[in-house]
Amino acid sequence: MTELERHDYDVVVIGAGGAGLRAAIEAHEQGARTAVVCKSLLGKAHTVMAEGGIAAAMGNVYPEDGWKVHFRDTMRGGKMLNHWRMAQLHAQEAPDRVRELEDWGALFDRTPDGLISQRDFGGHRYARLAHVGDRTGLELLRTLQQRAVALGIDVYMECTVTRLLTADDGRICGAFGYWRESGRFLALQAPSVVLATGGIGKSYKVTSNSWEYTGDGHSLALQAGATLVNMEFVQFHPTGMVWPPSVRGILVTESVRGDGGVLKNSAGNRFMFDYIPDYFRKETAETEEEADRWYVDKKNNRRPPELLPRDEVARAINSEVKAGRGSPHGGVFLDIASRRDADYIRKRLPSMYHQFKELAEVDITAEAMEVGPTCHYVMGGVEVDPETAAAVVPGLFAAGEVAGGMHGSNRLGGNSLSDLLVFGRRAGTAAAAYAKATTVAALPETALTEAATAALAPFAREGGENPYTIQHDLQEAMNELVGIIRTAAEIEQALARIEELKLRVQALTVEGHRQYNPGWHLALDLPHMLRVSECIARAALERQESRGGHTREDFPGPQDEWAALNVICRYDGDGVALSRQPLPVMPPDLAEIFEETA
Amino acid sequence: MTHEAAFRVWRGDASGGQLQDFTVTVNEGEVVLDILHRLQATQTPDLAVRWNCKAGKCGSCSAEINGRPRLMCLTRMGTFAPDEVVTITPLRAFPVIRDLVTDVSFNYEKAAAIPPFTPQAREADGSHRMQQIDVERSQEFRKCIECFLCQDVCHVVRDHEDNKPAFSGPRFLMRLAELDMHPLDTVDRKAFAVEEGGLGMCNITKCCTEVCPEGIHITDNALIPMKERVVDRRYVPTTWLGRTIRRRGSS
Repeated sequence: MTELERHDYDVVVIGAGGAGLRAAIEAHEQGARTAVVCKSLLGKAHTVMAEGGIAAAMGNVYPEDGWKVHFRDTMRGGKMLNHWRMAQLHAQEAPDRVRELEDWGALFDRTPDGLISQRDFGGHRYARLAHVGDRTGLELLRTLQQRAVALGIDVYMECTVTRLLTADDGRICGAFGYWRESGRFLALQAPSVVLATGGIGKSYKVTSNSWEYTGDGHSLALQAGATLVNMEFVQFHPTGMVWPPSVRGILVTESVRGDGGVLKNSAGNRFMFDYIPDYFRKETAETEEEADRWYVDKKNNRRPPELLPRDEVARAINSEVKAGRGSPHGGVFLDIASRRDADYIRKRLPSMYHQFKELAEVDITAEAMEVGPTCHYVMGGVEVDPETAAAVVPGLFAAGEVAGGMHGSNRLGGNSLSDLLVFGRRAGTAAAAYAKATTVAALPETALTEAATAALAPFAREGGENPYTIQHDLQEAMNELVGIIRTAAEIEQALARIEELKLRVQALTVEGHRQYNPGWHLALDLPHMLRVSECIARAALERQESRGGHTREDFPGPQDEWAALNVICRYDGDGVALSRQPLPVMPPDLAEIFEETA
Repeated sequence: MTHEAAFRVWRGDASGGQLQDFTVTVNEGEVVLDILHRLQATQTPDLAVRWNCKAGKCGSCSAEINGRPRLMCLTRMGTFAPDEVVTITPLRAFPVIRDLVTDVSFNYEKAAAIPPFTPQAREADGSHRMQQIDVERSQEFRKCIECFLCQDVCHVVRDHEDNKPAFSGPRFLMRLAELDMHPLDTVDRKAFAVEEGGLGMCNITKCCTEVCPEGIHITDNALIPMKERVVDRRYVPTTWLGRTIRRRGSS
């Protein structure tokens, strides 16, 4: 492949969302020659969609808050399936990562004494989310983008990686991809590659995720020999828009509930009081009066059930709709209009106000929103070492949503942005250090040729169906059969459909040429989407219990024998292979935190 | 609630192109971007369109709809009469790559040229203290989703390609204002705003403000105050005298 564009770096970061940019900044500051590769323009990554805030126990609003409380909330929210060390590092380091954003220009909302303000969110004991109105993700991403630009880090925009390259001994030596604009190929040689590619939501029909969320990072990691952990845990955010159909799934931030909004069914009842699980009963208000008092006096009152962790709220909404108590368009009502004045709502939730006004012609200061669950986040991801974010493949690192373990079976709102910063930085440090300590292997020329041939294959075929139809069918199958409530029979049906879809992908046809051709791009994304969908379905079939973001109708409730087991996915060259692996054991001094407050 | 709509979409590349007619189904509540996605799925799989969030938060799907710069994800089909022809063309101020996708690298070059944010030191306890009222001015500008519609509509560059090297455009003049009003920043970018950014070329016609999907008051809150700040600095007699003497001395 002599005509191939080639570049040489110490660290290549794939993905330019929060985790990718934070990793790149750190690797650069450690002296590594660093490049960022991203599928979209710089500054468009899915991080901009994060609304509520960054969870960090800074104690600016509640001095009682501290890392141990945050750690405890995170583990309990994840139903104790989190990797304890990741949750610990995350809780300990998040405040510094937030403060550092201020040194790079971020402007958070303030407390009356001028510190970073912190807001309430589901599952967090204290008001803990540093925020900017309801556009915190944009602030975080823009800040990191401006920092990366100021440092002069090389960014390969609108460039898609289709394959990770490994040397004969299995270690990483680079990545192969194409420029979306021209369709030309390029190879980036580097001893360290950081995956920061985000999630998988585009395999579902109703999702808050953008087209980029094809699970390509998960899939690339599998192909390179890495392992995925906890893929059965997919978070359905309880509040997505449901009407009109074209916006179904778009996120409605949890801040609406944090700031006083409540969920009601068609009878006007605050139904969440009927869905308080024993696990959270002690810390949840029993009456509407107590719940309402909590907003002003958190010390003497317990949290409203609307702010239970997301898995609990999503299941409750699902049940209400199924029981025939839903809203006209198949959701439930989220009402802040009758509880807060219009000025407060516009001030605290400007982008929600804007979103409903523009997309649904609903004035949220005057009427209730209609909301329902939407595929939002995958807890599962690349199995990594907590300290270094290193995958099992030497030279491969993963941070942010593509990494697994941190959030256990369910992620708390606000813990994603902090996760990006904490583990993005750790991945950058470790990737730079690894690159310094090793020499890069030569690029495997046969693999480069193979990758190019595979990428062009869809053009060579004629008369096949178009990739959009296949994507649509996959989204239907995952939504219907491996969605919020699951059964063995349905999951098996989904796996059978995935097998059929694999054959259809091998036969599809792409029209046109290589220059900025979305049909071709989708054709190359589909194998990734199918591979991660298979992982989710297989892991969901394997785990015979209900926990967090995995609910089995045929195995209700958590089961003790699964409480300390992870499901691991591997790629065996042909398909996905599963194994069970014991959860790392928490040291006694941390385990005590749970005894004290249990 | 479904109807067939007439769409005219510009298709082509750097070497040229033309409007192509399509008839396409429209359902209740849909936006222009939905219709382009339907075209891709059913009629023109290789139609080049940039998009990401489809919720007005990322600023990717900028185009000109019936001649007006807009986000396709925020343009509801209900705003057109059912028999109205909807014409979609790429942003005119930037070179076409293919179909509705343009080369917006001008904007990234202008962003990179801006002297970076440089904060004052933290207070003794490791915090920065700022009052809400003091951060709000710059916060308004940080709502910017970089859709570049203001860059596209601004007549300084829209019809005058040769102005591009000397003019940053509203988005980046606003960025300079944002940094100038930032409570923690320590760098003076006023001279940069005039000499590199071309602030003087802006004659406050407010086209940028009109197309901003975020409703940012670009002209009133960023560009005009920035012009005033620059004037204050440049033409306060003692400052002017000081700078003039220094310049003569150094030449």
